[in-house]
Amino acid sequence: MLEALQQVYWPEILQGTWDTILMTLLPLFFTVVLGLPLGILLFITSKDKPLAQPRFYAVTALIVNLLRSMPFIILLIILIPLSRAIAGTSLGVRGAIVPLTVAATPFFARLVENVLRELDRGILEACQSMGIRLPQIIVGALLPEALPGILAAITVTGVTLISYTAMAGAVGAGGLGDIAIRYGYQRFETTVLIVSVVFLVILVNIMEWAGQRLVRHFTHW
Amino acid sequence: MIEISHLNKVWRSGARTVTALDDVSLRIAAGSIFGIIGRSGAGKSTLLRTLNLLERPTSGSIRMDGQEITTLPHAELLKLRQQTGMIFQHFNLLAAKTVFDNIAWPLKATGLIRDAGARRARVLELLDLVGLSEHADKYPAQLSGGQKQRVGIARALASRPKLLLCDEATSALDPETTQSILALLADINRTLGLTIILITHEMQVIRDLCDEVAVIEQGRIIEQGSVADIFLHPRHDVTRALVAQSDPLLATILNPSRLGVTLPGLLVHLTYSGETTWQPILSQICACSPAQISILQGEVSMLKDTPYGQLLLGIQGEAADVAQIFNILDEHQVFHEIIPARTHAAPPAEASEDTENSEAHHA
Repeated sequence: MLEALQQVYWPEILQGTWDTILMTLLPLFFTVVLGLPLGILLFITSKDKPLAQPRFYAVTALIVNLLRSMPFIILLIILIPLSRAIAGTSLGVRGAIVPLTVAATPFFARLVENVLRELDRGILEACQSMGIRLPQIIVGALLPEALPGILAAITVTGVTLISYTAMAGAVGAGGLGDIAIRYGYQRFETTVLIVSVVFLVILVNIMEWAGQRLVRHFTHW
Repeated sequence: MIEISHLNKVWRSGARTVTALDDVSLRIAAGSIFGIIGRSGAGKSTLLRTLNLLERPTSGSIRMDGQEITTLPHAELLKLRQQTGMIFQHFNLLAAKTVFDNIAWPLKATGLIRDAGARRARVLELLDLVGLSEHADKYPAQLSGGQKQRVGIARALASRPKLLLCDEATSALDPETTQSILALLADINRTLGLTIILITHEMQVIRDLCDEVAVIEQGRIIEQGSVADIFLHPRHDVTRALVAQSDPLLATILNPSRLGVTLPGLLVHLTYSGETTWQPILSQICACSPAQISILQGEVSMLKDTPYGQLLLGIQGEAADVAQIFNILDEHQVFHEIIPARTHAAPPAEASEDTENSEAHHA
C-alpha cells in the first residue's frame, strides 16, 4: 500500500488539485456574476411578479433549459470556438473557464429563481405597499432575505462545477479529473485513480462545509 | 374622506372569469375606523388591496380627499403608497433584518428620511410608541406574534401615513394578544387621527374597534352601517351568521333549541342601545303587566363606545298583556322581536313565511 503510494507522482497530484480548485472557483465567480442577475430577471418577469413579461420569460426559460439539458461533454466541444474567442484558448485551465461558466450559469440562475420564489410573497407585497421602488426592493429586501438560500445555491453549483472539471479534463483542461482519467483509466494505475478521487471528495466536502457555515451564519430564523 | 364608487374587479383565466368585486361603493370618513367583514373568499382582501393599488380594479373609481387614485402615474402611486400604511396577517417582516432595521430600512429606501441620525430618532420614537424599545436589536424570529405585529405597526406608521390598512391583522394572534393589538390600533386612531380600514372575518374585532362596518359577500357589499346598527340589527343572513360567532344570544335566536328547554309562551328578543341601556324598563313592565317574565339569556355591554343590551325573554300571559308590554317597549325605543320557538336555521327567506309567529318592529 505504502509502496503504491510512493509510486504516485505527488507534484502532479498537487498541481492537479490546484488546477481543479482554479477551475471551480473562477467559473463559480463568473457564474454568480452572470447567474444572479439572470435568476432575478427570471423571477421578476415570471407570472404575477412585478415585471411579468410572459413572452420574455418563456424565451429566457427555454434558453436556460436548453443549456441545462445539454450533456456537459457535448457542450465542451460545441463551445471550443467561443472559448477561443473569449479566453484565447480552449486548452488548460484557461480554456475550461468559458464552457464551465456557460454550463453552470443557467443551473445557478434556476436555483436563484427558485430561492426567490420560495420567499414569502408577503415580503414583496409589504415592500410594494410601502412605495419602495423595485430595484431597492430587490437589493435591500429580497436578496438579503434570500441570502442563505443563495449561498446554498452557490455551494451546490460549486460542487457541480467540481464534477464538471473532471469532464473538462477529458478535453485537455487538466486537473484531478484529467489525472484520474489518464493515469487511472488509460494506464491502469489504480492508486493514482483512488488518490485523485480522494482529493476530489475532500474538495467537495470542504466546499459543502464552508457553504453550510456561511448559510448558518446568515440565517436569522 | 375615501369614496369608492362602482368598483369592479374581474379575474380572467382562460375562458373562466371570477368576479372578485361586484359594484362596490363605500364612503369612509377621515379619522374613522372602518371594518370590512366577510367570510373567506368574499373579496375583502381584494377590496383592501385596491386601496393602495396592490390590486388594480377592473373598473370604478377610488377617490381619496377628492383625488382619483386609480389613474395615478407610477411616481405618484409610489408617493400614495408611502402615505398609506399597511399591516398584514402574517406580519411580513424581513427576517434578515433586526427590528430596528425593519423600520429604518423602508424610510431609507423610500428616501423619506435620508439623514441617518434623524432616521434613528424616528425609529426609536416608533419603537417606544408600540412598546418594543428594548427589542430593537432582535430579529423577528426572536419575537412573539404580538410583538411581530407591533413591529409591523411601527413600520406602517413610520412614514406618518394618514391611512392605515389592516389585512386580518389579528387573525394569527391569540385572543389576549388580539386585544392588546386592537387597543394599540384604537390608541393610534385617537392620538394620531389616523383613518383605519381593516378587514377581518371575526365579528369580535369589528365590535371592539370599528365605528362603521360593511359586510361583503361574493364581492358585493350586502350591508353597511354603524357597528351598533349592524351588530344589533343584522338583516342579511350572512351578517347574522357572522354576528352569531361573537354573540351567543344571536346564536340562540338563530337556533332556539340551544336554550335546552321548551317554554310555554313567547320567546322575545329585546335590543336596545345608547341611553335606553340604563333605563329601568323591565321593572316598569313588571309593574304594569300581570304577564310572567323570565330572562333566559342576556348581555349588557359596550360596542366600542356605545352601551347596548340584549335580552331573550320568555313571556307568558294574555295577548292583551303582551301587547301592553310591547307598547311600553316601543315607548322606550326598545327593539323587540318574537322568535319562533321551533328550531330552524333562520334564513330570512324562510323566516318571512312564519309571519304569524314573528313580527319585527324596526325602531
